[in-house]
Amino acid sequence: MTRITMTVDGVRYDDDVEPRTLLVQHLRDRLGKVGTVVGCDTSNCGACTVLLSGKSVKSCSVLAVQADGADVTTIEGLAGTDGELHPVQAAFHESHGLQCGFCTPGMIMSAVDLLTENADPSDAEIREGLEGNLCRCTGYQNIVKAVRSAAESMRASVPSTPESAATTEGVTT
Amino acid sequence: MTVTEHRPTGEVGRDRRRKEDARLITGRTSWTDNLSLPGMLHLAILRSPMAHARITGIDVTPARGAPGVIDVFTGQDVADIQGSLPCAWAVTPDIKQPAHPPLAVDEVRFAGEPVAVVAARDQASALDALEAIDVEYEPMPAVMDMEAALADGAPLVHESLGTNKCYTWVFDSAEAGTGGDVASAAEAADVVVRSRYVQQRLIPAFMEPRSVVVDPTQDQITVWSSTQVPHFVRFFLAFMLSMPEHKIRVIAPDVGGGFGGKLQVTAEEFISFLAARRLGRPVKCTESRAESMLAAHHGRDMIQDVEISARSDGTVTGLNVRLLANMGGYLRLLTPATPLLGRYMYNGIYKFPAHRFECTGVFTTTTPTDAYRGAGRPEATFAVERAMDDLAAKLGMDPMELRRRNWVRHDEFPFDTVTGLTYDSGNYEAATDRAMELFGYDELRREQRARRDSGDPVQLGIGISTYTEMCGLAPSRWLGSLGYAAGGWESASIRMLPTGKVEVLTGTSPHGQGHETAWSQIVADQLGVPFEDVEVMHGDTRTSYKGLDTYGSRSLAVGGIALVEACKRVVEKARPMAAHMLECDPADLEFADGAYRVKGTPGAAKSITECALAIFAAHDLPEGVEPYLDADASYDPVDFSFPHGTHLCAVEVDTETGMVTIRSYVAVDDIGRVVNPLIVEGQVHGGVAQGIAQALFEEARYDEDGNLTTGTFVEYTIPSAADLPQIVTDRTETPAPGHPLGAKGVGEAGTIASTPAVVNAVVDALRPLGVTDVRMPCTPERVWSTIAAARAASSGDGGEAR
Repeated sequence: MTRITMTVDGVRYDDDVEPRTLLVQHLRDRLGKVGTVVGCDTSNCGACTVLLSGKSVKSCSVLAVQADGADVTTIEGLAGTDGELHPVQAAFHESHGLQCGFCTPGMIMSAVDLLTENADPSDAEIREGLEGNLCRCTGYQNIVKAVRSAAESMRASVPSTPESAATTEGVTT
Repeated sequence: MTVTEHRPTGEVGRDRRRKEDARLITGRTSWTDNLSLPGMLHLAILRSPMAHARITGIDVTPARGAPGVIDVFTGQDVADIQGSLPCAWAVTPDIKQPAHPPLAVDEVRFAGEPVAVVAARDQASALDALEAIDVEYEPMPAVMDMEAALADGAPLVHESLGTNKCYTWVFDSAEAGTGGDVASAAEAADVVVRSRYVQQRLIPAFMEPRSVVVDPTQDQITVWSSTQVPHFVRFFLAFMLSMPEHKIRVIAPDVGGGFGGKLQVTAEEFISFLAARRLGRPVKCTESRAESMLAAHHGRDMIQDVEISARSDGTVTGLNVRLLANMGGYLRLLTPATPLLGRYMYNGIYKFPAHRFECTGVFTTTTPTDAYRGAGRPEATFAVERAMDDLAAKLGMDPMELRRRNWVRHDEFPFDTVTGLTYDSGNYEAATDRAMELFGYDELRREQRARRDSGDPVQLGIGISTYTEMCGLAPSRWLGSLGYAAGGWESASIRMLPTGKVEVLTGTSPHGQGHETAWSQIVADQLGVPFEDVEVMHGDTRTSYKGLDTYGSRSLAVGGIALVEACKRVVEKARPMAAHMLECDPADLEFADGAYRVKGTPGAAKSITECALAIFAAHDLPEGVEPYLDADASYDPVDFSFPHGTHLCAVEVDTETGMVTIRSYVAVDDIGRVVNPLIVEGQVHGGVAQGIAQALFEEARYDEDGNLTTGTFVEYTIPSAADLPQIVTDRTETPAPGHPLGAKGVGEAGTIASTPAVVNAVVDALRPLGVTDVRMPCTPERVWSTIAAARAASSGDGGEAR
């Protein structure tokens, strides 16, 4: 067992974990963060994507011990404390970017990271950027639409230049 | 029949955002695997690594002693109590129907078949202990090829059956009296085109792996399962395990996709149920993706020999279809019926005067096949749409012109087909005209000619699919006449609470379709209450105890009618109360927008919610009125509904690399009246994506020993966002005559339509090179090899490739 400390969705947790425990297993089985799901065992589907210190990772391909000391954001911690949806969540709802919703936590977290890196992506860049997240229901068309629309609303609410976006990225890394 | 009721301009037809989303976009979901119960044990299943073998010994002793392990059991341990997994459809009287033990007892017949089970305190311990189980297998011959499996002396999948042939099912329009004789049609024809198409094996690949939790600690044993069919699961657990049905409760909580892949009563459900009963403790069994790929049922896997006869002017005169359908190692819920669900659709939208269909089901040592989105209809549509293109090429005719000459005209509905169905309504001309316009058909044909003339290495191909399909499974009498074990009705219950809020129970079991939203829209209109005031509940046999679940594009087409009927009964039930309060005769009241009004007396009105409160208070009930406002209704469809549409696809094929790129895709669908256009569009997008995936990307492959070589998402390549095009959608609207809302069904249309559109486009691009078919999936390697083979053939004798 190894002692690790992790902040998940704003709450600090200290746990003893087996070294082989995956981050996603730790989140789901120990911390009860079942909003993050497991869709495959080869890190292809991306359903388990979370933000690890601001960057998206597939939590099935990170060991819990590797996340020691890290700040993790899952789909459950994305909305504001007042319950206000993150613009990407709101856009997925508005654009019907989900059907069964199983890929959605990972898809949204990847999209958040994508928009952090590129505040104004083209459709092709969105499609490439979400290549690591599989969806079987939507054919991706409304997901692309949602991400495009989230990008617009995020740019509108935070008037920022490409330079300031880069600065934000620098801070979180 | 026409729609005579009040059609509110309110909710139905609006692009309401979904109620379901609130929990799904915030991670407050109830997937089965999220569930944790006190004392719960985790199951891991040891699966056969061999396609066909005798089990000569299993040593579980070391596994029993492994850390965290509570129990280990094998098929021998439960042989006399584990029953058999059900097959609900004996398609012929002489069908071979072998037992399908949930846990193999003495022989395994596909790689992935469950052999032993570990129950442990956590999943990691359960998985670790699997490695300590020692199974001795005596290998038996793998049976992989359908045609070889039917040959005399072929090794048998089930020795006791004496054959690998499961059944042969024949329909002949001459015998049925629905048309002529195909042999005479072929003899008299100016042209006969014979083609062989191969429907490769697919894996449904729902995103949520299957999971089961069973809690045996209460009076009712509760089963949570990631299933499309909770009602089926309860019935068959009771029936096959001789358990009292009232002691079983099945819940389908949030379910992450199904596509037919969760239209099943599974070995894992049986095994979990047995384990929980054996141990007296809750158990959970969640499969890995690798297990899902191996052991959850597969789809398609058919060989289609199609013969189409026609006159030289293009008029079709006969269609003869022979199918070989791969059953896999056992029969699951609908395995033998799946290819036959397509048999009514091989004629497509065309007026074939003669038709014969023959399907032979074949056992092989592979994962059993069963329903996958469309279930038989995509295969049928593919065959007829590919054959129409092949015929057009043979006649030197534009493929759309050939279709126009042969399809049922809009003024010919209702139309009795050669397969014995009656197409209710449609307007193929309108949908096609709209699609051609959006697509720019003529311009693309001009560009195609230019590229052909210039010898451009990147050729342009245009693919057409003018499809119809049958929705709304199904009239119970029809199902009974075909040997199916159940009916096809659906039910709904409405209860208006004292405060005027509404609870809806539906027997459908959505897993992504958005019934909570669409059903709320329908009920809001029918009862005149706000959309937000409707709560839709489903997927729990304790509350929604009447129902036949969700598959076959039936939920709206069948369940929607039950829902409307239940609403109407509620309206009628409150009418005497309204009349009593308004001191008038009930017959003098008309109901609209949530209120009863006295005809001809403006202002005299009582809302249905006022009635609900007065009924609940029961202080002054009129004679015969009960103190609650609720109603049930069921509906058994009289017939299927027949959506249709025209899909057009333009592809660029790089003849030097074999790479296929979809340049444009237009889908114009006529699915009758639409409840929620946003949801409908989403269904079309997803359906088209799955059809494109069959055409270009996906194939479940085995090696000659029966090992699945596409057992992960690395090898089984479901498309990502980067692989799929933006598609253009539009609709025409021909209301379904028998449906109070005019709705037809949309869940499978995109998948049914799109595969032939894409493959027709690929072949169209390559016809000048002598290519007449490209086997699916049309990967670069396969396209390149097909081009190379065609070039080699044409440099030889110049004969046709096939």
